[in-house]
Amino acid sequence: MSHLSLKINGKAHAVDADPECPLLYVLRDDAGLNNPRFGCGLGQCGACTVLVAGVATRSCVLPVARAVGKDIVTLEGLGTPENPHPVQKAFIEEQAFQCGYCLNGWVLATKALLDKHPHPTEDQMKGAFEGLVCRCGSHVQIAAAVRRAAGMKRSA
Amino acid sequence: MTHTSRRAFFKAGGGLLIGFSLSDSGVLPHLVAADTLSTPEPGHLNAWMRIAKDETIRVFTGKVDIGMGVQTGLIQVVAEELDVSPARVQLTMGDTAATPDQGGVGGSTSISAGAKPLRNAAATARYLLLQMASANLGVPVEQLQVKDGIVSAKGDASKRVSYGALAGGGDLAETLRVSGGGFALNVEGKGKPKDPAGYTVVGQSLPRVDLPPKILGRATYSTDVRVPGMLHGRVIRPAGGGANVAGVDESSVKAIRGYVKTVVQRNFVGVVAESEWAAIRAAKELKVNWSSPAAAFPEDVYSHMRSATPKVTRELVHQGDAAAALAGAAKKVEASYEWPFQAHATMGPGCAVVDFHADGVTTVWTGSQKPHALQKGLAQMLGVRAEQVHVVWVEAAGSYGRAGDEDVAADAALLSQAVGKPVRVQWSRADMTAWGGKGPAAIVDLAAALDEQGGVTALEMISRAFSGTEIIPQANTAGNLLAAQLIGMPNTNGGDEFVQWAGSTYPYAIRNVRAVGHIIAPLYGSESPMRTTHLRDPNGPAGTFASESFMDELAAAAGADPIEFRLRHTEDARAKAVLMAAAERAKWEHRPSPKLSASGRGVALSLRGGTYVATVAEVEVDRHTGAVRVKRLVCAHDCGLIVNPAALRGTIQANLVQSLGRALKEEVTFDKTYVTSVDWNTYPVARWSDVPQVEVVLLNHPEIAPSGAGEPSSRPTAAAIANAIFDATGARVRRAPLTAARVKAALG
Repeated sequence: MSHLSLKINGKAHAVDADPECPLLYVLRDDAGLNNPRFGCGLGQCGACTVLVAGVATRSCVLPVARAVGKDIVTLEGLGTPENPHPVQKAFIEEQAFQCGYCLNGWVLATKALLDKHPHPTEDQMKGAFEGLVCRCGSHVQIAAAVRRAAGMKRSA
Repeated sequence: MTHTSRRAFFKAGGGLLIGFSLSDSGVLPHLVAADTLSTPEPGHLNAWMRIAKDETIRVFTGKVDIGMGVQTGLIQVVAEELDVSPARVQLTMGDTAATPDQGGVGGSTSISAGAKPLRNAAATARYLLLQMASANLGVPVEQLQVKDGIVSAKGDASKRVSYGALAGGGDLAETLRVSGGGFALNVEGKGKPKDPAGYTVVGQSLPRVDLPPKILGRATYSTDVRVPGMLHGRVIRPAGGGANVAGVDESSVKAIRGYVKTVVQRNFVGVVAESEWAAIRAAKELKVNWSSPAAAFPEDVYSHMRSATPKVTRELVHQGDAAAALAGAAKKVEASYEWPFQAHATMGPGCAVVDFHADGVTTVWTGSQKPHALQKGLAQMLGVRAEQVHVVWVEAAGSYGRAGDEDVAADAALLSQAVGKPVRVQWSRADMTAWGGKGPAAIVDLAAALDEQGGVTALEMISRAFSGTEIIPQANTAGNLLAAQLIGMPNTNGGDEFVQWAGSTYPYAIRNVRAVGHIIAPLYGSESPMRTTHLRDPNGPAGTFASESFMDELAAAAGADPIEFRLRHTEDARAKAVLMAAAERAKWEHRPSPKLSASGRGVALSLRGGTYVATVAEVEVDRHTGAVRVKRLVCAHDCGLIVNPAALRGTIQANLVQSLGRALKEEVTFDKTYVTSVDWNTYPVARWSDVPQVEVVLLNHPEIAPSGAGEPSSRPTAAAIANAIFDATGARVRRAPLTAARVKAALG
């Protein structure tokens, strides 16, 4: 066990954790943040995605010790109900998702993608999203939300 | 904590992060103020809705929302009848102490059947409120009007009173006539529901109320329930069917900080710890010796199904004389189709929190589709009365049937009972994908007689399938639950569910039909990762993959255009309408298949519980690899009256993508003793690059009562894709999923 200091959504959090413990459980169980979510624990689906130093990261396979000193942003830290992040706004406007359990991955991966490539190509989108699972199959609305967030014309 | 103080605890809220109504946008927690844990009687109007002084309407329904947005539709139905803004209506769903038992969610019935008692109760509430307003204002009812919950005299706006002022906080004491039960539970009272022709709220694309809180990270899922003193549990499943616990070495995990206890009851093994990570580590590191599992799983499941003596055989349809017509046919066509075991593989592995107390009073937070049934099964397993178990539904990952929420609640219940504290269990990915119940594998053999004009005169269908309900979807007995089976309570109410082929599932009019179903015995009893249960549209994709691929083979044998051929064989105007709508939108090329080109198009038609779906698929096939790329899916959908077009469209679009994954990728694999589909790599589903252009054409029929929409569009996708592959290549793939290897093999 180690005393670790994490910077989550702009605030400092002191936690007492096994340095090998994946960041996911520290965020959920120590910091009390309900997003990210556990999907596989294997880095295969993205339900646990958070931004670590601006990079969409699978928190279920990242030892917490490796997140120390870096800016961690979870979905609840992206925007507020009064002032949603433009990416969240786009997803709300497109009514993306069925159950929404996977949405941390999609929303935060979109944020990270658009920060890097404001007008992403099809290949860049594939690179950002192929590793995410949406078991309900909401990809059509998700794609519309990504395009809306990027200010791109909707495909037919 | 005593029984009484627990009730006070509920009333006071006790800091529980539970029962948020998502329609409150995550602001106002709704806490159950239950004086008793008994389920409300549906014959009282108060059981269905209450009006608050602040003009909000709290509606209580035994339905839940499994991620398709049905709560928004139910709000619209109530708001419509009451003449209030939908924003005033808040739902409490699936709470055994607060909502009537409507059988939970299943069979795509939440709107078609589940909304009826809500509509009728709301109509009666409106009737009573108008009576009260009439007395209050001294104006006859006929001269009153209602706008957003304000009753006023027509022509005299000064005479007005609100619903909240009339009945806020009090009881709408009224008895309702009750009929049916489960999904079919209905109530009727003095108020007559509106004529759908005058609807102003139903039929509108009200944005789904649950999505903004979710996207803003403010929603509460079952995984997020935390109660004071809660511990974390994990389960360790057997090494396969028939493997027994031979020894457990608790010393292997005692050093883990936060470790609390290992619980072993016969073959149920679980660990409890203070933190989730400690529980995960303990489950991984606990040394359990299992006896050898039974080598129960065949190398080739389809050979096994063909050679096994059926458990049950039943003649499902017998009309005319199919045998005679086949014997005398101008042309006879035969083909066999195979559909694999598939998994729910929900996005969030099963999760539940259970708080069992020494007095037997137990609270369960779960995403189960059927909370009222689960209450009974858990009570039986725990040896307490059903009234002592309070099951509270909390939104969860989409479940698509009996996924795992029930079984994980049983796991958490046993662990909570063992440690005397609330325990949260979330399954691992392998617990979910490998050990969750399975949709059954099926073989369908078809034969048809064609006359000289290419008309189908007879059809024979022989199915060999595992039952769709080795585990029935209602967890209303202990033995239905995996944990109970593992502690020695056998599953006693499994059913024999056949591949459907009749009546409301078959859209064609054919004179001579014989259908026979065989049920194959389970591969290894109930305590097996291969036990079967309901997976979205049970048997629908399997049966329709066969029947609609075959219809295409018949069209090709007759040299007919696949849509024209189908139109010729149905008398049903709605079936024809969806076919023509899909053809029109897809700009269907009218000609026989195959085209023998790099791309192809195929169609499939299906009928399920009154809902008609026609889907056109356009594919490209790589002849060297056999890889199939679906470029476009066009789906025409008729489910009668549409309550919320945008939400319906979203559900259908998603269902098309999910069913595309089932058609192209999904197959549960196993070796002799164990399931080898354990994660997203070994059980792949549709991903970003698989997603085609998707177009949905909604055919609205306000004059026809709504039928189901959660499942029907699963049904024709696989056949439409297989038919498009045939159109492109001339090769017929009769085994799903339609993998590159199988397409390549069919290409020869």
